[in-house]
Amino acid sequence: MIDDAFVELSRWQFAATAMYHFLFVPLTLGLSWMLFMMEAIYVMSGKVIYRDMTRFWGKLFGINFALGVTTGLTMEFQFGTNWAYYSHYVGDVFGAPLAIEGLMAFFLESTFIGLFFLGWDKLSKRQHLAVTFFTALGSNLSALWILVANGWMQNPIGAEFSAETMRMEMQSFAEVLLNPVAQVKFVHTVAAGYVTAAMFVMGISAWYMLRGRDLAFAGRSFSVATGFGIAAVLSVIVLGDESGYELGDVQKTKLAAIEAEYHTVPAPAAFTLFGLPNDETMQTDYAVRIPYALGLIATRSTTEPVTGITDLVQKHAARIRSGMVAYENLEKLRAGDRSNAVRAAFDAHKVDLGYGLLLKRYTEDVANATDAMIERAARDTIPPVAPLFFSFRIMVALGFAMLFLIGAAFWFNMRRTILQQRWLLRALVFAIPLPWIACELGWFVAEFGRQPWAIGEVLPTFLATSTLTTADLIFSLTGFIGFYTFLLVIEMYLMVHFARKGPASLGTGRYHGERGRGAADLDDDERPRSGHAGPLPTPAE
Amino acid sequence: MILDYETLKLVWWVLVGALLIGFAVTDGMDMGVGNLLPFVGRTDAERRVVINTVGPHWDGNQVWLITAGGAIFAAWPAVYAAAFSGFYMAMLLVLFALFFRPVGFDYRSKIGDARWRRAWDWGLFAGGAVPSLIFGVAFGNLIQGVPFHLDSLLRPHYEGSLFTALLPLLNPFALLAGVISFAMLTMHGAIWLQMRTLDPIAGRAQAAVRIMGAVAIAGFALAGVWVALGIDGYRIVSQPALDALPNPLAKEVVVAPGALLDVYSRQPLALLAPAAGFAGTVLAMLLSRAGRPGRAFVASALSITGIVGTAGLSMFPFIMPSSTHPGSSLTVWDAASSHLTLTVMFWAVVIFLPMVLAYTVWCYARMWGKVTVEEIAANSSTAY
Repeated sequence: MIDDAFVELSRWQFAATAMYHFLFVPLTLGLSWMLFMMEAIYVMSGKVIYRDMTRFWGKLFGINFALGVTTGLTMEFQFGTNWAYYSHYVGDVFGAPLAIEGLMAFFLESTFIGLFFLGWDKLSKRQHLAVTFFTALGSNLSALWILVANGWMQNPIGAEFSAETMRMEMQSFAEVLLNPVAQVKFVHTVAAGYVTAAMFVMGISAWYMLRGRDLAFAGRSFSVATGFGIAAVLSVIVLGDESGYELGDVQKTKLAAIEAEYHTVPAPAAFTLFGLPNDETMQTDYAVRIPYALGLIATRSTTEPVTGITDLVQKHAARIRSGMVAYENLEKLRAGDRSNAVRAAFDAHKVDLGYGLLLKRYTEDVANATDAMIERAARDTIPPVAPLFFSFRIMVALGFAMLFLIGAAFWFNMRRTILQQRWLLRALVFAIPLPWIACELGWFVAEFGRQPWAIGEVLPTFLATSTLTTADLIFSLTGFIGFYTFLLVIEMYLMVHFARKGPASLGTGRYHGERGRGAADLDDDERPRSGHAGPLPTPAE
Repeated sequence: MILDYETLKLVWWVLVGALLIGFAVTDGMDMGVGNLLPFVGRTDAERRVVINTVGPHWDGNQVWLITAGGAIFAAWPAVYAAAFSGFYMAMLLVLFALFFRPVGFDYRSKIGDARWRRAWDWGLFAGGAVPSLIFGVAFGNLIQGVPFHLDSLLRPHYEGSLFTALLPLLNPFALLAGVISFAMLTMHGAIWLQMRTLDPIAGRAQAAVRIMGAVAIAGFALAGVWVALGIDGYRIVSQPALDALPNPLAKEVVVAPGALLDVYSRQPLALLAPAAGFAGTVLAMLLSRAGRPGRAFVASALSITGIVGTAGLSMFPFIMPSSTHPGSSLTVWDAASSHLTLTVMFWAVVIFLPMVLAYTVWCYARMWGKVTVEEIAANSSTAY
């Protein structure tokens, strides 16, 4: 039988390690391109300040990147360690994009990144620029393959279950690769990373501007970041991935939960701006609705209805019954009965096998599950509504807040009055954490909204685990959280330390707080400096 | 599809082996450097030299491990599932040790405090020593077979809750395999340091080559005798056609003394692997002694190829034999992915691996030359 506590712990471990990992990914995705842009300006114009910008922001990039690599290692192995049945069941399809990610993207990024940091004196200007480019390209291609893999978990196309091998097998690599859900997610995710990097560079530059230090350096960094950021934030919002939510049943369910759409309403559906979803009464209390908006966003039409939760549950109950037939005949096939009748019955119902497996939570004897069990399993197909409803709305609100901030920064920067807009600069410093919150919420919506499935409509999460013990999981979960938190504290310390020190940390003698040529070593941290920086963020008046 | 299913299954055994050997030759080198770091570098300046010989490359090298993991997932999902969850605590230990490396390399020299730097030195040591030991231990256990079985839905189960724990893995033969792996990679790293540093570091590294080389040879020989005399292998009695759809439960397997040597009588060419293991190590030691570390490095890469190859060949066609339910063992023929996936992945490797090798060589070539204390001092705020 399924041990709920063990499944919960496995889920917590995956969620925690993935969420930690994604604290570091978005900055890498965006900042790598900004480094390339800064360095390209340096190579074209020959202005040393752009080289210093590349190196300084590159230093902060490296501090972040190190933990991205650390936490990423876990992700590559955790499917095997903690989701063994998942690995067996879908490895034929899911493993391929992961392996190709290594071969095509991760090698590229990781082989060149060392030269980015350490090759300044050993490479020509153009060679180093190429190195920076390949690092950025590699990290972004990496995201592509990971999202192809993740997109397949959401919308598993291009594959079929095989009774002989008892697993999903790939039928078309092109379909897996060109999965529309994956494409939409990729664009949305990398653009979110670009926004994160823009907000990061803008925030820290704004802090220098508020303190009146390194103005030339901060101003140029700020300009690159606003230009990059305005394009990115518009892409994130315009190409928001809700458009992908109509594809496949799992996405439809997720959409209904995000929108607290308990009942199907005639098209075009209204968008619920705010309200209090109530799973008991299946109503959204105090709802504020915008007519037409949801129908337009989700279906790109005014005539298609958005399916509500009650209808989905009913539909899923029917699919569970069909899945029971599939399971019954699968058992016969596995027992060696290869008669045509069994084969035909299985083939007719195998698309619903995953729904049949949902019953395994309540009975081993899936073929003879009771009506009550079927009803419970059908209810299970709907993830809890309120967490999704609110996370999604907070994410969107943060997106618009960042659109406003970046838009304002872009505008005043164009008019060259940004230094006078102290309110905006201050807001930008305090807004540094916002993109991270939005990214984490976005992933929460995507993955929590996929429940109860590990692979949508194919493999329930509770079946996907390894056969470990609860004690194993308590040990490892504690270890991961402890270790990661310890490293995160160190990372934050270094990040703040170098952000406060600013470009002076390059030791060129050209920047705020340096006593001219010669103060090149980092070890002079303890020596007194003029213009000592105060704690972040307390802008000097 | 150009290659038939049976051939592809075999090709993938070679490719996974190649990725693992690639991992051992590249990342094994910087792990070996980590193993030596606290001993061949006496001062902070010396340790920075040691770190900066691998500083630009360790990250790319580590991708061999990541890619080997991904390739096992894609090509042998059943192995990825059973081995990674079965060796749970060992995997965790390796992961936790590896965590020290990215941060160790990047953060160590960003703060001047001596305690901070010493702490990261030991972190880098752990990040090299634990994996180089544990990977050997894992191989040692695979050779002997591990206690697991597959149920009718092909879900792996482990006999006794202690299997997933670390302690039962540490049996004498597996520990010997761990020592061989540790010595082999440390020798490899020492040769690298001899090549890329000046005295006194290079001299200390040269001494380490002698010690580690001797341990590796003695260990490898002892393991050979042990396998010949005392370790039972597995033999397939009957199985479906080799190009059949993979079903790990459809074959019959017996435990058989001497089965680990079957491959050498069937295919004498296989003896080249252990021969390369011995000859490579001896050559590496001689060349290192003669002050030719560049050639010694090639010899030591040959030795690694031979030793890893010997382990793989001796087990062939088994990848993960089960000691308690031999019928559940996973082999090259029945743990593989579908024909399509193996084909797609084959082409991915054919296209991308040469590119990887090409730019890796370019990167090493650009950063070539001896790393010196003076050079580090001149670039103190950028060097690791």
